[in-house]
Amino acid sequence: MLTAEAEPLDAALRAQIADLAQHAEFSRAACTDALKLVQKRYGYVSDRHLDEVAALIGMTPAELDGVATFYNLIFRRPVGRHVILLCDSNVCWVMGEAGARAQIRERLGILPGETTADGRFTLLPIVCLGHCDHAPAMMVDDDQYGDLNPERLEAILDRYA
Amino acid sequence: MEKPLTAMLQPDGQPLDMAGYERAGGYQALRKALTMQPEAITAEVKRSKLRGRGGGGFSTGRKWEAVPHDAPRPRYLVVNADEMEPGSFKDRLLLEQTPHQMIESVIISAFAIQAEIAYIFVRAEYVRSLSALARALAEAQARGYVGADILGSGFALTIHVHASGGRYICGESSALLTALEGRRPLPRSRPPRSAQSGLWGKPSVVNNVETLCCVPHIVERGADWFLGLSRCADGGTKLFGMSGRVKRPGLYELPLGTPLIEILEEHAAGMQDGYQCRAVLPGGASTAFVMREDFYVAMDYDAVKTVGSGLGTGNVMALDDRRCPIGLLRNLEHFFAQESCGWCTPCRDGLPWVERILAAIEAGEGEPEDIETLARHVDFLGPDFTFCDLAPGAMQPLGSGLKYFRAEFEQHVNEKRCPWHESAGGWA
Ligand SMILES: Cc1cc2nc3c(=O)[nH]c(=O)nc-3n(C[C@H](O)[C@H](O)[C@H](O)COP(=O)(O)O)c2cc1C
Ligand code: SF4
Ligand code: FES
Repeated sequence: MLTAEAEPLDAALRAQIADLAQHAEFSRAACTDALKLVQKRYGYVSDRHLDEVAALIGMTPAELDGVATFYNLIFRRPVGRHVILLCDSNVCWVMGEAGARAQIRERLGILPGETTADGRFTLLPIVCLGHCDHAPAMMVDDDQYGDLNPERLEAILDRYA
Repeated sequence: MEKPLTAMLQPDGQPLDMAGYERAGGYQALRKALTMQPEAITAEVKRSKLRGRGGGGFSTGRKWEAVPHDAPRPRYLVVNADEMEPGSFKDRLLLEQTPHQMIESVIISAFAIQAEIAYIFVRAEYVRSLSALARALAEAQARGYVGADILGSGFALTIHVHASGGRYICGESSALLTALEGRRPLPRSRPPRSAQSGLWGKPSVVNNVETLCCVPHIVERGADWFLGLSRCADGGTKLFGMSGRVKRPGLYELPLGTPLIEILEEHAAGMQDGYQCRAVLPGGASTAFVMREDFYVAMDYDAVKTVGSGLGTGNVMALDDRRCPIGLLRNLEHFFAQESCGWCTPCRDGLPWVERILAAIEAGEGEPEDIETLARHVDFLGPDFTFCDLAPGAMQPLGSGLKYFRAEFEQHVNEKRCPWHESAGGWA
C-alpha cells in the first residue's frame, strides 16, 4: 500500500484520465470518474495521485480534494482487498443489522471503519442500499447480498476468505 | 388492474434486450412522439396530472413548461437516479429490470423539452443498474434511437450515464447538477430555477426515474387513460414499497391513491406472526410517522398530508412493537447528521446535537429538558431556516415522533433505561 504513495500513476491510466477529461463537456466534469479509476487500480486515492489527477484535469489539488473527501465512496486512505459495505439505515436497523455487525466483529475482529490485520477486509457503514425488502443488506465489493442471517453471513464471508 | 411501469418485468428478473423490448411494443411511443409537436407532448403530460415521484410531487407538465421557448442551448434533461432516501428501493427495480423503458422515456422527455443532452445520474452502489443502462444505451444508439437525426426526425440527442461518488445530498436536484459539473456538490440558491439556469448555467430539467418512466405510456395511450389508472385526482400508478417485519416485503405497482391499509394487509400480507405494526414511515426517512388509526389513508399526494405526513417516495417502512421508536429516531437522525452537506449552520450543527441527545435518551442518560431541546430543534430546522430541504426532512420523523411517542420518551427519561433494550444489539 505504501507503493501507491511512492509510485506515479501508470502511463496507461494517465492517458485514460486525460482522455476522459477531453471527452467531458468541461474537463472537470470527469473528476469523479477519474478518481474512481485511480481507486480501482490502487485501492484508494493517495495524496500524490490526487495531485496528478488534478493536474491532468485542470483543477487545483485543493478543489479536487474538496470533491474527493465529500464522497462516501472515494477512499482517501488505504482499504483492505475487499470492502464490506454494511447498511446501517432504518430498515436494516429494524431487521437486525446490529447482529450482522456483531458477527463481523467476532469473526474478523473489526469495527466499522477498520481493516483486518491481514489487509483482507475493510468494514464500512453505508446508507440504505435500496435493498430494504431484503434487509439486512450489505455489499462486498460490487456484489450485493440481502436477507442476512448468521448462516448466510458466514457463508458469504467464506467466499472472500 | 393495469401496471404499465412493470408490465415488461421478466420472471427471471433479467431485463429485456432491444429485440425483446421492441417485440413487446417498446419504442412505439417514441415513434409516435417524434410525429407530435414537442409542446403537445408537454400539454398531454400536464393534462395527465403526472406529479413527481422523487418526493416533491411537483407537476411534471408545469416543470417542463417552465423552460422558455427561446431558452439558450444546449438544454439538458437530467434523470435523478440517486435513490438514497432510506427505505426506498423503487427506482432500482426500473433501472435494473426495465432499462429500455428508461432510455425510451429519456428520449421522449428530452424531445418534449427540446434538450439535446441528457444525463442519467445513478448512485454508484447500483452496479447492476449501471450495467443494464450501459447495455440498453449502446443498443439504442446502434438502432438509431439515440444520436443524430433520430428516425429521420431531425432531433438529435446525446445520453450520458454518470455514476455518483456517493452522498445523499446529490439527490437534491441543484446539488446533483453541481455534482455533474465536477464540483463539491452543495445545493444552490434559488432563484434562478434550473429551468432557466441549471447545468453549466443552461436550462435544465431534473426528474425522478419513476416520473419519467410514466411518460412513454402517457404519449402512447393518452392523458385520459393515465388519469383513469389512479384512485385519486392525480394520474397514474405508483410503485409502492413495503419493508420491515411484514410477511411479503417488496414493491407493488398499484393505483395512486390505494389505501395504506390495503398495501400493508393485502399486498404485503400483514405483519409476521408475533409482531404488531405500531406506525409506518410512508415515504422514506424524510416523512412523518403515520399511526395505526390513520392507516385507512389513501396513498396520494394530498391525502397523506391530511394525516400530517407526506407521500414521499411511496416506499413504506413498518415499525413493529419489538423495536424502540427512540432507537429508530436515533438511527434516522444519525443518517441525516452524517449526510448533511455542512453548508448551513442550523443543519450542520443542529443535526449532530439532535443525534447526541437521542443517543443519550436511548442509553438511559436523558434529562427531562432534553425533550424540550429536541422540540426546539424541530422548530428551528424546519422549512425556511435552512438552505435546502434536507434538514426540514430530517425533522419530519422527529417532530411526529415527539408527538406520537411522547410516553416512550418520558419513560426512557424517567426510568433511565430503554424498555426495549433486550432486543437491541442482536439479529432482532
Ligand atoms: C436531500 C434531498 C435528497 C433527495 N434525493 C432524491 C433522490 O434520491 N431521488 C429523487 O428523485 N429525488 C430526490 N430529491 C428530490 C429532488 O430534489 C427533486 O425534487 C426531484 O428529483 C424532482 O423530480 P420529480 O419532480 O420527477 O420528482 C431529494 C431532495 C432532497 C432535498
Ligand atoms: S440544510 Fe443541510 S444539507 Fe441542506 S444546504 Fe444546509 S447544511 Fe447542506
Ligand atoms: S435500509 Fe438497508 S437497504 Fe434500505
